Formats: sequence, C-alpha cells, structure tokens
Amino acid sequence: MTTNVLERPEQAPATEENQVLVTLTVGDQLCGVPVLSVRDVLGEQTITRIPLAPPEIAGSLNLRGRIVTAIDLRQRLRLPPAPPGQPRMSVVADQGGELYALLVDQVSEVLSLDASAFERNPPTLEKTWAAFSTGIFRLDGRLLVVLDVAKLLALSVEE
Amino acid sequence: MDDLLSDFLTETNESLAELDVALVTLERTPDDAETLSFIFRLVHTIKGTCGFLGLPRLERVAHAGENVLGKLRDRSLTVTPDIVSDVLAAIDRIKAIVAGLSTTGAEPAGDDTALIAALNATASGEQPAAIDFDDTVAATPPPVPAPSPAPTVEAKAPESPAPAIAAAPAAQTSPPAAAAQTIRVTVDVLEDLMTLVSELVLTRNQLLQLARTQENGAFTVPLQRLSHITSDLQEGVMKTRMQPIGNAWNKLPRLVRDLSHDMGKKIELTMIGADTELDRQVLELIKDPLTHMIRNSGDHGLETPAERRAAGKPETGTIMLNAYHEGGYIILEISDDGRGLAVDRIRAKVLSNGLASETELAGMTDGQIQRFIFRAGFSTAATISAVSGRGVGMDVVKTNIEKIGGTIDLKSTVGQGTTFTVKIPLTLAIVSALIVEAGKERFAIPQLSVVELVRASRGSALSSGNSVIERINDTPVLRLRSRLLPLVSLTELLALGADDRAEDSAHVVVAQVGQHMMGIIVDRVFDTEEIVVKPVAPILRHVTMFSGNTILGDGSVIMILDPNGIARASGVGAGSESKLLRGAPIEAQSSADKTAMLLFRAGENQRMAVPLGLVARLEDIPREKIEMSCGAPVTQYRGKLMPLIAIEGGIDQQKPTQPLLVFADGDRTMGLMVDEIVDVVEDNLDIELAAGRPGLLGTAVIGGQATDVLDTGYWLTQAWQDWFRSVPRQGATPGQPHVLLVDDSEFFRQLTVPMLGAAGFRVTAVASAAEALALRDGGGMFDAIVSDIEMPGMDGIQFARTVRTDGAWARLPVIAMTAHSDTDTARLGREAGFTDYVGKFEREALVASLHASLAEPAHI
Repeated sequence: MTTNVLERPEQAPATEENQVLVTLTVGDQLCGVPVLSVRDVLGEQTITRIPLAPPEIAGSLNLRGRIVTAIDLRQRLRLPPAPPGQPRMSVVADQGGELYALLVDQVSEVLSLDASAFERNPPTLEKTWAAFSTGIFRLDGRLLVVLDVAKLLALSVEE
Repeated sequence: MDDLLSDFLTETNESLAELDVALVTLERTPDDAETLSFIFRLVHTIKGTCGFLGLPRLERVAHAGENVLGKLRDRSLTVTPDIVSDVLAAIDRIKAIVAGLSTTGAEPAGDDTALIAALNATASGEQPAAIDFDDTVAATPPPVPAPSPAPTVEAKAPESPAPAIAAAPAAQTSPPAAAAQTIRVTVDVLEDLMTLVSELVLTRNQLLQLARTQENGAFTVPLQRLSHITSDLQEGVMKTRMQPIGNAWNKLPRLVRDLSHDMGKKIELTMIGADTELDRQVLELIKDPLTHMIRNSGDHGLETPAERRAAGKPETGTIMLNAYHEGGYIILEISDDGRGLAVDRIRAKVLSNGLASETELAGMTDGQIQRFIFRAGFSTAATISAVSGRGVGMDVVKTNIEKIGGTIDLKSTVGQGTTFTVKIPLTLAIVSALIVEAGKERFAIPQLSVVELVRASRGSALSSGNSVIERINDTPVLRLRSRLLPLVSLTELLALGADDRAEDSAHVVVAQVGQHMMGIIVDRVFDTEEIVVKPVAPILRHVTMFSGNTILGDGSVIMILDPNGIARASGVGAGSESKLLRGAPIEAQSSADKTAMLLFRAGENQRMAVPLGLVARLEDIPREKIEMSCGAPVTQYRGKLMPLIAIEGGIDQQKPTQPLLVFADGDRTMGLMVDEIVDVVEDNLDIELAAGRPGLLGTAVIGGQATDVLDTGYWLTQAWQDWFRSVPRQGATPGQPHVLLVDDSEFFRQLTVPMLGAAGFRVTAVASAAEALALRDGGGMFDAIVSDIEMPGMDGIQFARTVRTDGAWARLPVIAMTAHSDTDTARLGREAGFTDYVGKFEREALVASLHASLAEPAHI
C-alpha cells in the first residue's frame, strides 16, 4: 500500500519563519503557491477541451498516463483571457487524489521568503482575489500574492 | 461440496489460525481490549455464518464460546489462564467439527453438552472448573462412520486420515490449507495490478502509434513482442478478476424456494451457463439487480398453480437464467413462462401515474408500453407483497445496469411469459470504443451501444443513394430503412461552437439506448480502440454526457460519451418519451398503408411491381442454365426443376444472365423471367386503372411513376396449372381445419387461398363480412376465421364484434390481416375480439398464427 511520505500541511501556515513559494504570473500579477503543494511544473501542453464544463476548466491533459484537469487561472481570478497563441505553463497540484493543472502565463522560480515580509490581505482587496489569497509578500519593487491552492480547486463545491 | 460451504471452511480455517495466536496473546496481556474484541469478532462471525449455513452443532459451541468472550469483553470477567483454556477448548471443538465438515461435507455427530455447560458456567462467573478438555475432546471424536473427523491439520486432506485420538493440543496447529493450489489475495492487490496493466496498455498503444510512423525501425520487432506480452498480461490479469457468474447465482435457488413457499406457487429455477465468467466488479454490481428480477419473475410473473392449470399450462412455472458470452459482453436472460406483462394494466397505471397521456399511449406499440415498467415510479403489482414491490422497481434495476455500461430489454407475450435480456460488458476497466470527431474534438463512444454507422449528407435536396439528414423545424431526423431516426447533433449538444452545417458530409452513429434508437451526428468516424475507462474529475461529474475519459494511443486525452446521458439530455427515451413519439405518428400514418413493392422491368421494358412479400427470392442465373423441357423453359433450382415463365414481350437473349423472381409455395417454385430488377420501394398499393390484359392487376402510381402491378396468381397458374385449384395436394381430409377467409380484394383472396391450402387448411373465401355472416346464419361452421380489416360495408372490426357477440362463431379464433400495423388499430382490433394480428403478405406469420390459435382453445 502506498504511504504518503510527504505528510504536508494543506497549505504552509503563513506565519512560519520562512515560506518557500513557486512564483508564477497570471495576467500581470506575480503570485506564489507553496512549493509543497506543487507536484509538477509543465510547459505548453496539448489540452483537450471538455464540452459543457464550467468556464474555469480549460480541459484535460495527459501527464505521464494520468489524466489531469486543467484550470485556467485567468478565468478563475476573473482576468481577461490570455491573448491567443501565447504559450502557457501549468502547475500541477494534488487535491483528494485527483491531479489538477493550474494554467498560468509563466512559472518563474522558487523563492524562500522571510515571514517578516508577509502581510494579510488588505481589506480592500477585490473579493475574488481575497477568497483565493492567504496574504501578500512585499518583495523588492513587486508584490506577490500567495494563492490558496485548495480554494482554487474547490470548484465542485461551488457548482 | 457447495461453494458457500467451501468458502466458509476456507474462511473459518483462517480465522481459527488467527484465534489461536490471538488467544495466546490475550493470555499474556489480559488487558488488551483490542485483541479481545478481535477474538470476539472472529468467534461471532463463525457463529453467525453457522446459523446461516445451518450448522447447529458448530453454532452452539461457537455461541457458548462467544458468551464467555462477551463477558470478558464487557469486563464482567477477567482473563485468567483457566478461562482462556476454556475458550481454547471451545475453539478446538470448533476445529474438530470444521475438520469433519471439510472431509464429509456434513457436521460430524457428537455431544458437546459437557463443553457447553462448562463454558456457560464460566460465563456465569463460576470458578472455571478447569475443564478437562483433553478428556472432553477425546470424548468428542464423533462416532462418524465416514473418514476420520480428526481435529488436526491432516484431517483436511482426505487421503491421510489422522488418528482421532491426537489430544488436540490445538494452539500451534497451522490452519489446514484448504487447497495448496489457491492463495487468497486481497482484492486491492488485484485492483492495483489491473490499474498498472491498464497503464501498460496505454503506453503500449502510444509506442505502437509512434512506431507506425517509422517503417522497419529497430524497434519494430521488440515492440511487437512487447505488444503481445502486454496483451497476454492484460488477459491474465483480467482472468484473475474473473469469476463464474454462478457465484452471483448461488443464493438464487434458496430465494426461489422461499418465494415459492411464501407465494404458494410451484417454481422451478433453471440455470444455464453458470460457468460463464465475468469481472468480479461487474459481478458484484449485477447481484442485486439480478436478485430483484428473479423476485419479480416469481412474484409478478408466474401465476399460481390454479391459474396455470386454468390457462392450460403445467402447474410448475419455470424461471430460467441463461448466461453466455457474445463479443465482449455477457448476455444474461431471465425468463419466466408466466402470465406476461399485461399491457392494459400497464397502460392504466401509466395514465394514473401521469407518465404519459392517452394520445401518447395510443401511438405506442405494446412493447413500448411494457417498457414503462423501467420508468421511475412504476410498480405493476396491484397489491404490494412482502416479496417484491418494496418501492424498488425495475427502474432501479435499469439504472444499476446502465451504471455499469449495460443495457436491459424485455420481451413479453401475454399468457406466455416475459424475458428480460441484460447485456453487460465483461469488464469495466477496458472497453472497446468508437472514436469520432465533432466540432474539431474527438470523442469515444462505447461500442456496446453502437448499432451501425450511416453516412449521410447534410444537404437539403433529396439525392438518391446517400441518406440525407432532414430537419423538422430544425430538429434533425434521418430516414433509416423506412423509419424516422431521431438525431442528435453532437456539435450542438455539446455546444462545440462550430457550425454543424458547414460541412456537407456527416456520419450518423446509430446508437441504441435501452429500447430507443437514436442517431448521433458526427463529422468524422475514426476506428475503434480499446480504451481504459478513467473516471472524470469530481469537478466534472455534473456533466452527465460523459461516462469517463481516457488517453488514446497518440497520448491525447479524450472524453467518453455516455449514450444514456445523451439520450436523457436530448429527450430520447426514458426522460421524455413524447419527444420521440411526437415524430413517430407522422411516420406511422404514412407507412401504415404502405407496402414494400419490388420494382422491375419486364416485357417491352415496362415498369412493373409486385408486393415484395410474395416473392420468395431473387436470382440471377446464367443463361446457359436455362433448359427446355416439353417446349417450356426450365432450370435446375435447388435440386429440382423449376418452370420459368416469361412475361410476354420476349426475353433479352443477349444478356449473359437472366434475372428471376422466384415464387415459392410449399415445395413448388416458379421463376418469372424479367429484364431487370430495379428497386424495392414502399408505397401505397392503390390500383387506379384496372388491367386490360391478363397477367396484370392494373396500374398504380408507385414511386411517382405509373407502374403495372403484376397479377401473381395469373403467372403462377401459367407455371402450374393446378396451383390455385389445388386445394391441398393430399385432398380434403375430414380432420382438416376449415378456415373462412374474408377479404374484399380479389387479389388477396387469390393469393391467400392457395397459400393456406398448401399449408394444409381447407379454405372458403368470401368477399365481404355480409357474405360471411350469411354463411354463419346459414349454419356454416369453420375452425378459424381470417379477416381483412379494411373492407367496404362492414369492416373487419365491426365484423369481429358481430361474430363475438353471439352465434355459433362466437368462440372461433379470428385473425386479422391488415396492412395497418399501428397500435391503435391493433388495440381496437383486440378489443373487438380479434385473436391475433398478421400483416398482409406475411404468409408464414398467418400460417403460424392459425396453427397457434387452432392448437389452443379460443379465448377472447
């Protein structure tokens, strides 16, 4: 039987000393997801459209023989769709044994960030964003929104 | 030994081995509540199963042991070595009995009272009287004459009867291996294996796809080997999951016995094909529906012995289960020879439950009405019995079967019984699917539901040859072999965006969903592939159009369409019967008067027609096969000489072959030489101009052109002068059934009289109902009446009513012959008193029907 070796928290608590995040861009916004929730980072993939699926679902793709449901993060965050032809990358996460790929514009690097640079969501943050974000990191010259993968994938609940 | 018992023995032996170990552990750690409850559970299970299997001795011992353990568990007793010894003694006794069971198949006789008393004493808190269990056990060795019931391991193997004395030191005996040839593997391991193999199959497919692009690559040969091995492995792993369907049946004989007891019916259960194997997952899933259907058959289907006697059937009703493989599927038939489904009662029920309106019902065939029992909220039993009718109806059965990708259908004849046919895939993991494309996307359709593929054009103009997708107020339909097939455009249904009508050519995948046929319009059809069904992500579960998804050989992900879901979404079938039927009456009416006509050219290149039903065969014989006999052409046909008749105007001698219309009657045949066989069309046969010359009935407009209708009777007499005059060859015998034929059409009378004559009936033909009734009033008597429905003056319905009302003919079988096959007429006809319905031109059906109605006493 498979034992889950990686006993990881659903999301790294935001108040720990350090947070290790995979940074990515959606639209023009720099975002990050906890590195432990990421299983794979994929380049451009062939994605099969799923008819009648909610608009956030871009389709499904084949990851080494497993079928992964791709979620368009731009749609999820109510951003305008990506310009046609723009290559997109995806971050694969596991949710309840199912794999999901978050389609983003760019996956950049893995950053270890000091908790002192972390802040709660500003209360004025737009609702959609506030719902999916656990907080903000102040970086040099940029702000990084920490995304809550579990909430991003909680599509079925909303249906 | 029966399967249940051997399963029980295997299981119990395992439990006993664990018990020994656990008890010893308990003795060392008396406070170990977990071990204690584990022991309790095991003993409890043994006891429970014994009760179920009817093993009273074993049950009593286990029960006594359980009592003690129960006390220990609720801490009213504390664990002491003495108590453990007592329990061990009980377990040894259980072992001894089990050993006896496994050698003889029956419980060995023996006296356990001392042991049970001791255990009870212990349980009630008395100082355990240190049972001398050596003694007890020694006393036990039951006086069984059969092979030794030795309580030790060896006893398992019948060939080594162990000495019965062995004082059963028990604790360290290893469990007797039920059979060294089998090992028990958890289902999880098998499931994992199956998943891995599925992945392997996919990878193999992918590799093969890659290899296809390179010829003679270095990989070709090893890849082929890999492919074979993978296939073998897949088969092997599938086999590990295969179980005979008999496993799902083994509770049924008991169920049927109880049923027959409770209902006061005599029921015999026949099971055929119990060794047909199928995937254990599927097996598990069909157990309940199967049980339910058997209950239904016994409860609703079969009549009481008295009713059966009255109906002239044997008192004992039969329920038959038949399983067999067909393609990648298992066909399971559950049939009974009971009363059949009463269409009237179902109709009434449908109306009262508001499942359909009167008008909708009027347009339905009996079969369609009977299939209402699969609809939710339907239960025919007038009174709810304890056996079935617990609010779980056939709709649940249907849903469950559809869940595993199966289909269910029924056929029922009133008075003769009902047959349910269930078609289920052998396995759920790997299915064969048809890959299609619509709106630039590819989809898989499970092969199970695909009936055929039709190429059609979307063009509006009726072009000959190709089928055309026509639209009724934007609803696409297709004419398929003289029926209207409702179509569903995949592009529209799945909102794929692309304009469905952009391309002219399309394919229609004709799919069967339960009883309904439906066509799915797709743009392209690729080949079939073995696909591994993977469930869709939970996020997508609400999209009912898909039953899963899969990865194709080229690595792309595609969705698997669920024809049931499509049917529901588009209103075909169960969900809203009406949509389908609203289209149907149009078709029913237009086809009602139609007759299939064979068009041909003969004589001076004239267009001629003959009802297709009259033609036995079409042949094309080489000209040199035509010989002359007594100045007339003949040919050797199927070992006999067949006279050939030419329609005046001569025969084109130049052609190398000669097309023939072969008419047959009994063992006589005749070939009509024609120039060319043109087509088969369905059209009204309304003869508008009477024929001016022999051999022709007249002229009718068929297929938009004036066409001469052949008078078959004339040509038959040309070949065999006595064809028509010959009432039976053997001459009229007194015992011969005498049939009255009522038909206004000379043509049909001419055809039917000799035909019935040849079949052994004496026939009197009259041209109207009035003539027939005159015969009755004049004292004429017949064995059966065959009547047309459409007649000038008194029509068939009225005639039947009149006959039934009173007079000497009131109880005669009356068979209707009609071109109208719609159910409305049929229902009217039945109400009027017709015994049976036969289509015109269906000579065999008429003869069969006559035989059937003459065989049994007429019933109204």
